[in-house]
Amino acid sequence: MAVTAQDIDIGRTGSAGSGGEAANEDPALAALFKAYVVCATVWLLFGTAVGLLLAFKFGAPDFWAAKYLTFGRLRPIHTNDVFYGFASLGLVGTALYVTARSCGTRLYSTRLAWIGLWLFNIAALAGTIALDLGYNWGDLEYREWPWPIRLVFFIALLVTVWNLLATIARRSSHDIYLSNWYIIGGFLWTCVICLVAILPWYQKGLGQVAISGYFMHNAVGMWFTPLALGLFYYAIPKVLNRPIYSYALGVLAFWTNLIFYPMLGGHHFLFSPLPWWLQTTAIICSVGMLIPVLGGSANYLLTMRGRYHGRIESYPLAFLFIGVLGYLIGSTQGTVEALRSLQAMWHFTSFTVGHSHLTMYGFVTFAVWGGIYALLPLATGKNPGRLGVAMHFWLALVGVTIYVVALSIGGSIQGLDWIRGLPFIQSVMDMKPYYLWRGVGGILMFLSHIVFAWNVWRMTAGQPGNAPSPIMEPEGEVAA
Amino acid sequence: MNNMTRKMWAIFGGALALYVVIVLLIAVIPAIVESRIPPGPGVVPLTPLQEEGRQVFASNGCDYCHTQQVRPIPADKVFGRPSAPGDFAYQTPELLGSERTGPDLTNVGQAKPSDVWQYIHLYDPRAVVPESIMPNFKFLFRVVDQLPAGETAVPVPAAFAPKTGHVIPTQKAKALVAYLLSLKQATIPGYVPPAAATPAAAPAAAAGAAPAAAGGYAYDAGKGKSLFEANCSACHQSTGEGVPGAFPPLKGNAAVDNADPTLHLHTILHGASGVTIGGVKYTSVMPPFAGTLSDDDIANIANYERSSWGNHAKPVTADDVKALRASGK
Repeated sequence: MAVTAQDIDIGRTGSAGSGGEAANEDPALAALFKAYVVCATVWLLFGTAVGLLLAFKFGAPDFWAAKYLTFGRLRPIHTNDVFYGFASLGLVGTALYVTARSCGTRLYSTRLAWIGLWLFNIAALAGTIALDLGYNWGDLEYREWPWPIRLVFFIALLVTVWNLLATIARRSSHDIYLSNWYIIGGFLWTCVICLVAILPWYQKGLGQVAISGYFMHNAVGMWFTPLALGLFYYAIPKVLNRPIYSYALGVLAFWTNLIFYPMLGGHHFLFSPLPWWLQTTAIICSVGMLIPVLGGSANYLLTMRGRYHGRIESYPLAFLFIGVLGYLIGSTQGTVEALRSLQAMWHFTSFTVGHSHLTMYGFVTFAVWGGIYALLPLATGKNPGRLGVAMHFWLALVGVTIYVVALSIGGSIQGLDWIRGLPFIQSVMDMKPYYLWRGVGGILMFLSHIVFAWNVWRMTAGQPGNAPSPIMEPEGEVAA
Repeated sequence: MNNMTRKMWAIFGGALALYVVIVLLIAVIPAIVESRIPPGPGVVPLTPLQEEGRQVFASNGCDYCHTQQVRPIPADKVFGRPSAPGDFAYQTPELLGSERTGPDLTNVGQAKPSDVWQYIHLYDPRAVVPESIMPNFKFLFRVVDQLPAGETAVPVPAAFAPKTGHVIPTQKAKALVAYLLSLKQATIPGYVPPAAATPAAAPAAAAGAAPAAAGGYAYDAGKGKSLFEANCSACHQSTGEGVPGAFPPLKGNAAVDNADPTLHLHTILHGASGVTIGGVKYTSVMPPFAGTLSDDDIANIANYERSSWGNHAKPVTADDVKALRASGK
């Protein structure tokens, strides 16, 4: 069965043709894809501008300390907007495109997809306003929005997954391409996650802590991870003009991710009063995650085998490559962090902030960008400028590297200070240079987002740039 | 087509069903069980004012930098005993937090029991903790020319106060401080901390760190210093100079730098309020330490204070403290 599926997909990705053709094929899909990408870009600019301001406040705590600009209100606005605004919209937009294209059909309903876009945006906007006004539901990571707003997000999910399933039901071939496994899985699981997080009956005191541990990690790993992996499975073969290395490995990673990932959330509460068995289960599953992570990463990297010299020539592939590395390194780091002895040092420190940026940025965000640079030109027939994409890539890569390295070193020092029993304020003082370097990394990252916005403009409404088609020449025809 | 739809439901229905089963097992069912945990001994619900303060705490995202969970590992000992399941019975939404940019607050009502300290610290954290990077919460205060009846001005040190007028807390600030002061770990009957260590009496900071002023004083200078840092320096400051107008200095303080230790030890044991020191009247209240510190600890703290910052008073012994404790208030 795997062989058949693989064969079918070679044909499909191979027949992609030039961007212009695709745009003519399905203008409704192209318009939709554009709208999702533009909204995601706006949220990225806003969310990371807030993030940059927050980084600055670590060095200047009295700067803009007024009620609606205080750190504690902007902090969840930053995380929720990049989470629900940028990353979710970016991945839903690419998912709509990938599903329709990989099923060789049109979307079941363009209208439903537009309604979804409105609902996602309304939720993100209402959530931002609510948080700034101080309606924060207990500072619970990623579920700070008042529950009616989270319900809007939930409805947006339902509308979208309904649309996607109906699209898959009218696919042109018998097999369901692997990307769709991950995409639909991500949507269905996230519906469950949203529901579990909203229902109140089992969320009293420590019961809510159990749900928090479950939620904050599943909302990342059962939503962004599958959607980004699904995007990889489509965009990487597409850009390389060759099939995925192993379909079977992709299926194995799918099921093992499903078994191990949901249970590892408890590792956010190691040493807490949560039951010890729950914490230990979380640690074991964190180690089990090595199977899908190594399997998945190997699959992508082997698909790229022999084409690494083409990496820099093709910036979409470079973004996807960094995304795969981010997935590999970030997830492996997560496994290591979950071990009790290391958790005792790193938990509660800035190390975890570095980890979340390595994964949400190094992996998810680079995947979104790679997907957009690989697929949006195919949909609109407009390429970005070569210089613009190069600037975006290097600013973002250097920026996030500085960011993560600074916080990893700083966070380790913080943790060691506490273990040594120094007065707490010592750890605050020791972090100073690392907070500064984090800000430097953050500035580069933000600059890259401005360049990205410019590139999106050229791929959608503006004058097209001179970058070559994201689709690389088939093997053997590329000179080194 | 029918066949194709069936295949779709087989894959996705299977993935969904498996996920639901896992979620029930590792999240929902444990949460149902944990939700039923009864409050621990001495754990009481918040008053309406404290509850309001908890809302202010969450609204302004305090939890993003301050945890409220003490882990059973040495690094956390300074914040109190390890958190127990019963501690959280009345805490919904939970505020355990995931980051410690600032210190854990599980026991802040015990560690920093002065409302005056809390108000000044919220108004401008750097007035009492010079190295702090916490934002100020001036928006929780008002500056008035005339003090309204029944209000007490916050004694913000001149360098940090507005040029004119009095700083008074809003209702939100009052609620927040009431909540912060309510954060005290309930004693668990029969719980003995490992190694019976007093919080922050870290042996690591021992011997070598003895201040030069200790000179000929025969006491555990390292222990005295770390106990002082843990229990006294928030108000009296590491420099011993206090906070002008809010917390009295110990440096050159007539009660501390005095051959007769009675008033000094009495104040540590039983606290003080409304005192005038060096011509300045202090409105802040000093809590008693008789219930939380041993004779030995108090003697170490007193000797550290009596021999630091230029003070040079006669050393005391644990027996002195014991005698004074026995004589009552």
